[in-house]
Amino acid sequence: MSIEIIIDGESVTTEAGTNLVDVAAENGVYIPTLCYLKGKPCLGTCRVCSVRVNGHIIAACTLPVSEGMNVEVNAPDLLDMRKALIEILFVEGNHNCPSCEKSGRCDLQATGYELGMVVSRFPYRFPLREREVAAKHLWLERDRCIFCQRCVEFIRDKATDQKIFSIRGRGTTAQIEIDIALADRMPPEQVREAAEICPVGCIIEKGVGFNDPIGQRKFEIQSVRERALDIKDSAAESGHE
Amino acid sequence: MSRKLVIDPVTRIEGHGKVTIQLDDDNNVTDAKLHVVEFRGFEKLIQGHPYWEAPMLLQRICGICFVSHHLCGAKALDDMVGVGLGKGIQMLPTPEKVRRLGHYAQQLQSHVTAYFYLIVPEMLFGMDAPPEQRNVLGLVEQDPALVKRVVALRKWGQELIKTVLGKRMHGISSIPGGVSKNITVEERDRFLNGEAGLLSIDEVIEYAQEGLNLFYHFHETHRQQVDSFAVVPALDMCLVNDEGNVDYYHGRIRVIDENKTIVREFDYHDYLDHFSEATEEWSYMKFPFLKELGREKGSVRVGPLARMNITQSLSTPLAQAALEKFHAYTNGKSNNMTLHTNWARAIEIIHSAELIKALLNDPDLQQDQLLMTPGDNDWTGEGVGVVEAPRGTLLHHYRANKEGEITFANLIVSTTQNNTVINRTVRSVAQDYISGNAEITEGMMNAIEVGIRAYDPCLSCATHALGQMPLEVSLYDVGGKVVDKQRR
Repeated sequence: MSIEIIIDGESVTTEAGTNLVDVAAENGVYIPTLCYLKGKPCLGTCRVCSVRVNGHIIAACTLPVSEGMNVEVNAPDLLDMRKALIEILFVEGNHNCPSCEKSGRCDLQATGYELGMVVSRFPYRFPLREREVAAKHLWLERDRCIFCQRCVEFIRDKATDQKIFSIRGRGTTAQIEIDIALADRMPPEQVREAAEICPVGCIIEKGVGFNDPIGQRKFEIQSVRERALDIKDSAAESGHE
Repeated sequence: MSRKLVIDPVTRIEGHGKVTIQLDDDNNVTDAKLHVVEFRGFEKLIQGHPYWEAPMLLQRICGICFVSHHLCGAKALDDMVGVGLGKGIQMLPTPEKVRRLGHYAQQLQSHVTAYFYLIVPEMLFGMDAPPEQRNVLGLVEQDPALVKRVVALRKWGQELIKTVLGKRMHGISSIPGGVSKNITVEERDRFLNGEAGLLSIDEVIEYAQEGLNLFYHFHETHRQQVDSFAVVPALDMCLVNDEGNVDYYHGRIRVIDENKTIVREFDYHDYLDHFSEATEEWSYMKFPFLKELGREKGSVRVGPLARMNITQSLSTPLAQAALEKFHAYTNGKSNNMTLHTNWARAIEIIHSAELIKALLNDPDLQQDQLLMTPGDNDWTGEGVGVVEAPRGTLLHHYRANKEGEITFANLIVSTTQNNTVINRTVRSVAQDYISGNAEITEGMMNAIEVGIRAYDPCLSCATHALGQMPLEVSLYDVGGKVVDKQRR
């Protein structure tokens, strides 16, 4: 059903039930995301896509649009709030961009750049997190985990559909876990998918990295904003999600 | 009454050091030490990290010779994954030449910085010149054309580093088994032919030759000072190729004595069989030495002076001509005159530029075979990389477990190798310039800096640039009471 909503004062015609992040992108409005993957069920874990809808702050990726919505994306307070959310993610972990092999391909880093983060307004927590390195082909650099749960929900054992990744514990003691037995039977393409789906450098492929020269890395070719908007366009053209 | 002079801080790589000078009752210097009072801890903090991130993280130890650290780490990783020189496997031509190109670019840029910004002010104005003149701004006033050329040279070096490694600082082109990119014809031609705001390689070589001429002129007019300042005998060490000539990227480690007799030559992978490291409670910097010779006799000098002492020839014409003059000056003996390090450095600037020109004209840079892929059973888990960094022989040694975690790292950086020799230099300068003087003068303080700076410890650039190296010199009485203090 065709409906009308307002995004940043502009009237937009779209289909009811479409994800607000996608509707905004279709109309050239970038809403940053980290946990959201187009075409996948929303996770709503990172909150980086927070916008104001009819006066209430809400994560855009969790919201199917409906008639009469008045959406604010680029209000100054919202821009600053989303930047603060990125800053929080940086200080909650131990992110060492200079030597991280995901640098240049990291959604968190790219979003930080895109939102103009220079330094965090929050104190660093410097949490103590142990690496998990027992799997044959995958390495969990837990320092960099932002608990988006993409891997938990979308990377599953091919034979049993069991989850390979999980979150153990709560709050500041939470940590990402990997089922070593299941991980060791992941085919190579799924290993790469797991590393790729991770929006940071937490899940990395053992012995692999830095293959793309500086200047030719994912977000150097196209910024995270351009990708968010272009991907939508190219997907629409090809008829694929 | 005996006294102790303290110069605190003096600078060295990325941090702080101090000099203490002990005087006896007659104000004669009885001892002098360079204390390094900072602690970095890179060897520890890398432990547990994925081995393939090591060259990227450890190059952050330095903001000047990062390419050397990056390449050292990359060479160690070549060994670890089983396609390295540790197994006698020669790297493919293109990746080795790309690595060498970045290495020579850094040597050029680093030496130009040290030579022109840090050394030349004393050459032009003298050690006793007022500090407000004895700096790069003084150079701008005295010879703006020279400074423009220096800025252009540094820019050229940095642009070439960026082209090879992706960034002007801390690039990431070298990966285990090779490199991630080659050099395109368009990239090459920028440096061969120059463009608006960028010198051509021939202009670079011309400017480099002018830099050497500057030393010649200074030497002619200050021969006694240059030749007598801190004459410090030492063993010399560098990497050499099969012909016994310096190789900045790979080779065997050669050590010679004052008569240029080879006292040791070995595969650098065996460095632990030959070297040990002493520690002192008064310094965080270790003191490497050849085990069989003991600490006093077995400490080595590395860097430009050592390399030019060891190498029998240089492969490029202008540098070879300069080397012949350099060798002739000491009649075939090793040159132990500390200020001649600047002569050697100027020769190496020319040599780097000429090596770069040869590489830029090498079509191998455009080839596509960039990586050797190791087999499943090639993993060794241990690697050693050694290169000749601008300041001397640099070593990285890593071990990793089968999961890929770094379990051990040992870095012996050039300034560490030079530790004992720098201390000898400080003592020598203190003897010559301070002994018999209770009053501390600006020139006296600067003479010690000049002695240290000849070895080009990295952070001297930050402090010397305005002639305001943050020195504090204190006079203590025997009871430890400060009786005089000067700071600038």
